[in-house]
Amino acid sequence: MEATLFYILATMLVVFAILTVTAANPVRSAVFLISALLCMAGFFFLLEAEFVGAVQILVYVGGIMVLFLFVIMLVSVREVEGQRRANRQWKTALVLGIVLSFELVFFVVQGAEVFSADIIDQQFLNLDSQTGNTETVGGLLYSTYLLPFEIASVLLLVAMIAAVVLTQKRL
Amino acid sequence: MVDITHYLVLSTIVFSIGVVGVLTRRNVIIILMSIELMLNSVNLNLVAFSDRLQDPSGQVFAVFVITVAAAEAAVGLGIIIALFRNKATVNVDEIDLMRG
Repeated sequence: MEATLFYILATMLVVFAILTVTAANPVRSAVFLISALLCMAGFFFLLEAEFVGAVQILVYVGGIMVLFLFVIMLVSVREVEGQRRANRQWKTALVLGIVLSFELVFFVVQGAEVFSADIIDQQFLNLDSQTGNTETVGGLLYSTYLLPFEIASVLLLVAMIAAVVLTQKRL
Repeated sequence: MVDITHYLVLSTIVFSIGVVGVLTRRNVIIILMSIELMLNSVNLNLVAFSDRLQDPSGQVFAVFVITVAAAEAAVGLGIIIALFRNKATVNVDEIDLMRG
């Protein structure tokens, strides 16, 4: 059951990712990216990371992608149909991307036995079953990772100010 | 139970698709979307290891990556709007202000 779901989601994710990168129209690209991110959220649910999956849908699909669509609307260049969609070095880039992909897969396959070894930290075992995923992640965020959490809030403030300043009339 | 290697290979493939998108496309908005794809494939790695090791720290890091991605998207799109106002284009190969 889990394996079937994995392969269905994986196929959909790869297809949507390729369509995101190859679509001519930016709006279509954004819609395919939304689909790819929803597939990714499906993987998070499959991996029993319900909180991250929910955040993925809320923040990415609900927030970031709407921002993207707004900007596409604001920037709408007169229709891009006749224009080249790839730049001049696209052949080299494609070859490099495929080489990178094979290299990374090679390393993952080489190290497969390390990942499948028995390395489960007993400290955290079955933590989820006692408390629930959101509570576990929330507890970690407010205890062990309190400082990174606060820094992340500062980062968001900086990004907010930067976005306001950058979009002013006279820059 | 799906082996973790499957998840790692899948995230590798998605990451490479994102890399190809960044390197080949001319439209800045699509390049930003490819970067989002790459950040998300890293998230898949983190959550898969979190499941494998039964350690929720990986999920916390995935939340941080999503935070950074949100900040990056906001600033990047702000830059795109400012750029479009000044140059009236979103194609990267027409933006060569810093060519000597």
